Amino acid sequence: MAGDIWVLAEHWRGNLSDITFELLVLGRELATGLGRPLRAVLLGHEAEGLAQALGAADGVLVVSDPALAEPNPEACCRALAALVDERRPEAVLVPWSNASADVLGLLAARAKLPLANFCRDVRVVDGGLEARCVLYGGKMEASVRLAGGPVVLGVLPGARAGAAARVANAPPVETASVAFPPEGRVQFEAYVEPAAGDVDLTQQDALVAVGRGMQTQDNLELAEELATALGGAVGASRPVIDQGWLPLSRQIGKSGATVKPKLYVAAGISGAPEHVEGMKNAELIIAINTDPQAPIFAVSHYGIVGDALDVLPALTAAVRAKKG
Amino acid sequence: MKILVLMKMVPDIVEELEVAPDGKSLDLDAARPIVSESDDHALEQALLLKDRLGGSVVTLGVASRDLDDVLFTALAKGSDRAVKVEGVEQPLGTAAVAVLLAEVLPAVPGLMPVDLVVTGCQAIDDLDGLVAPFLAEKLGIPYVGVVTGVEAKAGEGRVTVLKEYAGGVRARYAVTLPAVLGIQAAEKPPRYVPVAKVRATMKTGKIETVAAPAVGIAPAVEVLRMTKPEAAGQAEMLEGDPEAVASKVAEILSARGLI
Repeated sequence: MAGDIWVLAEHWRGNLSDITFELLVLGRELATGLGRPLRAVLLGHEAEGLAQALGAADGVLVVSDPALAEPNPEACCRALAALVDERRPEAVLVPWSNASADVLGLLAARAKLPLANFCRDVRVVDGGLEARCVLYGGKMEASVRLAGGPVVLGVLPGARAGAAARVANAPPVETASVAFPPEGRVQFEAYVEPAAGDVDLTQQDALVAVGRGMQTQDNLELAEELATALGGAVGASRPVIDQGWLPLSRQIGKSGATVKPKLYVAAGISGAPEHVEGMKNAELIIAINTDPQAPIFAVSHYGIVGDALDVLPALTAAVRAKKG
Repeated sequence: MKILVLMKMVPDIVEELEVAPDGKSLDLDAARPIVSESDDHALEQALLLKDRLGGSVVTLGVASRDLDDVLFTALAKGSDRAVKVEGVEQPLGTAAVAVLLAEVLPAVPGLMPVDLVVTGCQAIDDLDGLVAPFLAEKLGIPYVGVVTGVEAKAGEGRVTVLKEYAGGVRARYAVTLPAVLGIQAAEKPPRYVPVAKVRATMKTGKIETVAAPAVGIAPAVEVLRMTKPEAAGQAEMLEGDPEAVASKVAEILSARGLI
């Protein structure tokens, strides 16, 4: 009850998200460190079946209501804030994902709780919680101490490996009810599926990914030439898509594709957490960036400090020469 | 439709960033301020709505270095008014800024009520809060974030927004007005405005100012230290001119059977 560690069990279109299990592993560490139970909170409609997969927690708190049938940050916040007010957990771990980020902000605001965003790590130190938060696109980290609970922690994907939380034992389930207004201010209408792209990035063995460092749309040709030489395709980080240089189907990262090619060449990409999330499991990562401090180098196998506009043509020539 | 756009400056992360002497914050004097990218998209989304539906756009920010340039640029792009909140002594955390904005907005002549408040759904320095949902709660109006498109018809009292999920999937929501939207990206890239037009606006346009109320809120989280992240240490750096590094990369790819 009061003082528990809570994990918001994110699920989407019928499946629990990978990050839910990552947060359960992290949550277990905090619960053990503080000597508290770990509880998963599952908000949905007729989603109780998913609770069976949350056995890494000591218990699952379920709210089931038609208002939660489709993803709705406003309705989720109403439910979660009511539960927090009533039960006063020590910490609520919420995924920093597109599906849950709105809930994170609304919950902290509505329940008037301290919030730490972009947590890469959270630990128990001297009986309290300390979080390491990624700021400035991954170029700085702030270590913060949180006042006694309840507090809200927005945890980035990859904070822990989630495999240890995929356990078979069914947890005790408790159902809670929350009152929802008959007509919410935010109404889900429909999903909009992505337009089929010319290329399926997830099926490529080699990807040349381009970022802001390519400077102009015309320069993307340099990446296309290398991708062709490698027998792969060109993907991109968010700024390139937002500039309209490539279609949405080429986006890699939080809102786009998650890829695991054999080879990933990152050209002019700084390596913000939102991008790294979508490519960090590539088998071989080679990054080119003018900034030796670019966070992309921290997840790469090989790094080249230089201008992608100079390095890409040289790479294309060297690959062609090697292939003969 | 009357739309308020909130904009703020953040350090340009293309430049080298340094920790301040206190060891707990960024050395802002050494950083180059630029407009937060998603705030720029929020302005574009507001201007697109104005282009389609008419109405007015007011752009507002809390005074900081180079904010005037951003506000004049907003005016040059088509914002009807630009307002600067003055008198904030030190950089405030995001949670405190949301409190400040909720207090100051009613004090701006002729501003409230608005139909929509738009701003970036997140900024790279949002350690202890997010302006859009925090402000929505303070104002008692709904919020949707990670928005990449807004449709509206005049007089309907609601907008339809597209919100991003993962894997390129989006979802459409109907949102009752007034509302706050956290914009991830506008439907189109932010419009270009010639420097000459911005300069002309600096001569003819006006940035209104409003005094910041005293906001006494303690920081919600205590920063112990700020550090550059430890490199994971796995990247082997390849050195030499482009041809030399390219040849090394080709050797690596060949050795792994990738070419």
